[in-house]
Amino acid sequence: MITLLRAEEFDQVMTSETVWMCLSCYACSQVCPAQIPLTASLMTRAKEELLLAGKVPAELQQALENSQRYGNVLGQSPRKRSDWAKGLIPPVAVLGKDKTSADFLWFVGDYPSYHARAQEASRALAKVFHRLGADFGILGPDEVSDGDSQRLAGERGLFEMLATKNGQAFHKHKFGAIVTSDPHAYNSFKNEYPALGISYPVLHHSEFLAQWLDQLRPLLTHEIKARVAYHDPCFLGRVNGVYDEPRAVLSAIPGVELVEMAHTRSTSICCGGGGGGMWLDGFQWEKAHTRTSEWRVQEAVAAGADVLAVACPYEPLRFEDAAKTVPGAGRLVVKDIAELLAESMGD
Amino acid sequence: MNIVVLVKLVPDLVEELTIDPSGTALDASWLRLIINEFDDHAIEQAILLKEGGGGRVIIVAVEAEGVDDVLYTAAAKGADRLIKVGAEPGSGPNNHALARGLAAIVKELQPDLVLTGVQAHNDLDGPVGPLLAEHLGMPYLGYVAGVSVSPGKATARKEYPGGVIAEMELSLPGVLGIQAAEKPPRYVAVSKVRQAMQTATIESQPLAGLDASGGLPIGRMFQPEASQRATMIEGDVEGVAAKLVGILKEAGVL
Amino acid sequence: MNQDIYVVIEHLRGQAADISYVALAAARVLAQGTGGEVVAVLLGHNAQTLADGLAADRVLYIDHPALADFIPDAYLKVLAPLINEREPRAVLLGNTTIGSDVASVLSARLGAPLVSSCRTVSAEGKATSQICGGKILAEFALPDATTILTVIPGGYSPEQGQSEQAPPLTPAAAPALEDLRITLKQYIEPEAGDVDISKEPILIAVGRGIQNQDNIELANDLANALGGVVCASRPVVDQGWLPTSRLVGKSGKRVKPKLYLALGISGAPEHVEALGENAMIIAINTDPAAPIFQVAKYGAQIDLFDLVPVLGEQIRQAKGS
Repeated sequence: MITLLRAEEFDQVMTSETVWMCLSCYACSQVCPAQIPLTASLMTRAKEELLLAGKVPAELQQALENSQRYGNVLGQSPRKRSDWAKGLIPPVAVLGKDKTSADFLWFVGDYPSYHARAQEASRALAKVFHRLGADFGILGPDEVSDGDSQRLAGERGLFEMLATKNGQAFHKHKFGAIVTSDPHAYNSFKNEYPALGISYPVLHHSEFLAQWLDQLRPLLTHEIKARVAYHDPCFLGRVNGVYDEPRAVLSAIPGVELVEMAHTRSTSICCGGGGGGMWLDGFQWEKAHTRTSEWRVQEAVAAGADVLAVACPYEPLRFEDAAKTVPGAGRLVVKDIAELLAESMGD
Repeated sequence: MNIVVLVKLVPDLVEELTIDPSGTALDASWLRLIINEFDDHAIEQAILLKEGGGGRVIIVAVEAEGVDDVLYTAAAKGADRLIKVGAEPGSGPNNHALARGLAAIVKELQPDLVLTGVQAHNDLDGPVGPLLAEHLGMPYLGYVAGVSVSPGKATARKEYPGGVIAEMELSLPGVLGIQAAEKPPRYVAVSKVRQAMQTATIESQPLAGLDASGGLPIGRMFQPEASQRATMIEGDVEGVAAKLVGILKEAGVL
Repeated sequence: MNQDIYVVIEHLRGQAADISYVALAAARVLAQGTGGEVVAVLLGHNAQTLADGLAADRVLYIDHPALADFIPDAYLKVLAPLINEREPRAVLLGNTTIGSDVASVLSARLGAPLVSSCRTVSAEGKATSQICGGKILAEFALPDATTILTVIPGGYSPEQGQSEQAPPLTPAAAPALEDLRITLKQYIEPEAGDVDISKEPILIAVGRGIQNQDNIELANDLANALGGVVCASRPVVDQGWLPTSRLVGKSGKRVKPKLYLALGISGAPEHVEALGENAMIIAINTDPAAPIFQVAKYGAQIDLFDLVPVLGEQIRQAKGS
C-alpha cells in the first residue's frame, strides 16, 4: 500500500482493503528511522479517505453506526450505561445525581460499561477505589464513547461529535482530574481533546494507583502467589510512555513475581484491539489467519507466566479468547490490574 | 428517471418499550426513533439504481424526531431532493391515513418508480407501500431483493420461502416494497452528513386532511407475559455442558 | 354481508403454505362466533388437488391459466370483485410475500378495514396482533363490516387447519385476466448441492452473536460432533457468512428438527416462526431478555464462545465411550 501511495496510484489504494489490516498500534511509528507519523497521519488519513467513499468492512461499519446512534460501539441503550454498577455496596456515585463534585471523575468507557467480561474489571476497580477511600464519581448515562478508536479508524467527524458530547457532560460538574482504566480514552483526553477546548488532567488507573501505593499496600492482605507477566497496552506504553507505574502496582501485591515477555515496553505486541482493530477481527482473520493476541499469549506462556496482567478493557476478552486456542495456555489466567488488587484485598 | 423513496421512522427496539397511560399506544417519552430498516434498504436500492443508470432520487419522509438527520444522511449518500411531510402530533397517522395524504404529494413528483420498505415492525394496518400504490393507481410488488430498470419496466426479484426467487416484471410507474437492497446500506461518514447539512435543503409539506379509515382503533395495547420461559441451566461452562449432554441423551439425540 | 370467513389459500409450485392452514384454524375460531362457514378461496390453474386436506367447510375454486403462479395483479382482479359481491364477514390472508402483496391493496380498493400481523382471534370477534419484534401486542374489535386480516404463525398450529377430507369444491368464474401490469419471468432456485436444512433432524443455528464468519467454524465443529447441520438467522445470511439455503425464518426455510440448538440468536418472531412445533429448542445467549428464551425449552445465559468448544468435547467423549 505504501508503495502505491509513493507511486501516486491512489485509485488503487482506494480499491484495496489492505489498510484495514492496520491495528493502529503505533509499532511502525515507533521504529521508523525517519520519524514519519505513519499511524497518526498516513494510516489514519488513508482510512479516512476510504471511509468517505463508503468503503468500510461491515463489522466496523456497525461499530461506527452504533457509536453515532447510541454513543457506544456495542449498540446498547445509553440508559443502561451504568447498570454494571447496580447493586454494588457501597454504591458508585453518579455526578449530578449523587454528588455535585468529586476529587476525580472516573471515565468508565464503552466496554467496561457494557461488556460482561470488562464489567468484572469495572466492579473490581470500584471496590479498590472504595477501599482506598477515594472521592470519585462517574457520569452515568451522560457518558459517551471517548471516540479515540473511531478516530483512528478514520472517522474524524464522529470523534469530534462524541468528544463534544463528553465535553458538555464534563463541564457540568466539578472535579480535579479524570481517571480511566482505558488507555484509548486516556490517550484521547490527554492528546486529542485539548485541541477541542476540553482539557483536564488525566491519569490512567495504574498511574493513580501508583500515586496511592502507600495507602494501597496495607490493604493488600491476601497473597497471590503467581508469576505475573504484565502486558504493555499500545496506547498506555508505546504511545504515552507509561511503563513503570503498572509494574510498581503489581509488585506491591504480596506473592507476585513479575516476569517480562519477549516483547516488552515499547516493543509490546498489540492485543489486536488497537485503534479500531476490535471491529476488524473477522476481516483480518479471513485475510491473514493469524491474530496478534495469540502471538502475545504464546509469549506469556513462554515466559512461564501463570497470570497475564493487563491494563486495557479490550485485553481480557482478547487474550482469554486467544488462550483458548494457543497450546499450553489452558492454565493462563488473564486479569486486569484492578482485579488482582481486588482479589488481594479480600472480602 | 424519477425515483421516489418513502421513508418512515419507527421505535428502536434496543430501548425498552412501555405502554402509555391510555393503554392503547406506546409511551412516546422513552421512545428512540430510528429509520425503518427496510426503508434504509429502499434508499440504498434507489441510490444504486441512480449510480447504475442515472435518474433523480427524491426522499419523502414522515415527520418525526430525528427525521432531519435521516434526510441529510440520504443526501450524503446521493439523494437529490429531500421532502419532509408533516404528521399530526401524537402517535402519528396510521398507514391508511398516511397513504391517502401522501398520494397527492407523490403524484406531483411524477415518479417512474416508488420504493419503500416492504414493511415496518410497528405496522398494524398493513404496510404503507401497497396502500399508496392503490391510491396512485400503480401496480405493487413486495418482498423485493434486487431491482433493475429498463424503459417502462422494472425487473424485480421477489423472495419466496426456502430461498426461491421469482423474477418478475412490473410496468412503470410502479411501487416496489423492498426487503433488501442489492448491497447492504453503505456507511456515511459523520463529516459527510455535516456537509450535507450545509448544502442540502429539506422541504416541508403538510399532510392534509388525514383520513384514517381502513385502520382500526386499537382496543388495547400490552406486552406479552414472560409466561413460558425456558428452564435455565446454571453453572460454569463445564457444568452447563455436562447438563446439556444429559438433556441430549434423554432426548435420544445422543 | 354474510357471516362466512374466507381464507385465501397461498401456494407455491403445487404446495399449500403452512400459513394457510394456520389461517384456516383462525378462521374456524371466528366462524364459531359468527355462525358462518369457513370458506377456502383457491386461485390457481389445474390446482384442484390443493383443496385436499384443507379444514374448510367448502372451497371456492377459481381456475385460469394466468393464476398458475402468484401474480399480485391477477389475484387482485379476481378477489376484489369476488369479495365485493359476496361480502364475507372477514377475509384472512397470510402476512407473507403472497398475502401481504394483496391484502393492503384490497383494503384500499374495497374500503375494507385491515388488521395485519394477527396472531390470534376470538369467537367474540377480537383480533390480537403481534408487532415490534414480538414485544408488543395490540387487540382490535372487528367491526360489523367485511374486514381483512393478515395472519402470522404462532397462534395456531398448521395441524389445526388440516383435515382428513377434501371439502366440497365450488367453482367460480374468473374475470378477464389480460393486461396484467405484473408478469412472472422465471423462478430462480437456491444454490443446489447444499444440504436441505428443512429435512435435518439436528440443527445448530447461529445468529448475530456468532459475530463473524470465522467463528462459524465453531458451530460446524459442534454440528459434526452431534451429527447435525449448521443453519442461521437472517443477519448471518445477509452478511454472506452462510448461503441463503441455510436461512431459517420467514424468508428462508421452515424447519422441523428434533433438536434446535440456537447460538447467539435473539429469537425474533420472523426466525422463531419457522421452527416446527416439535423442535426441542436449546438457547444459548448472554442476554437474559432475549425473546428466544420464551420459546426455548432449555436455556443457558452463557457465552457461546466459552460453551461451544467444551460442549463439543464432552459430546465427543460421550459418543466415544
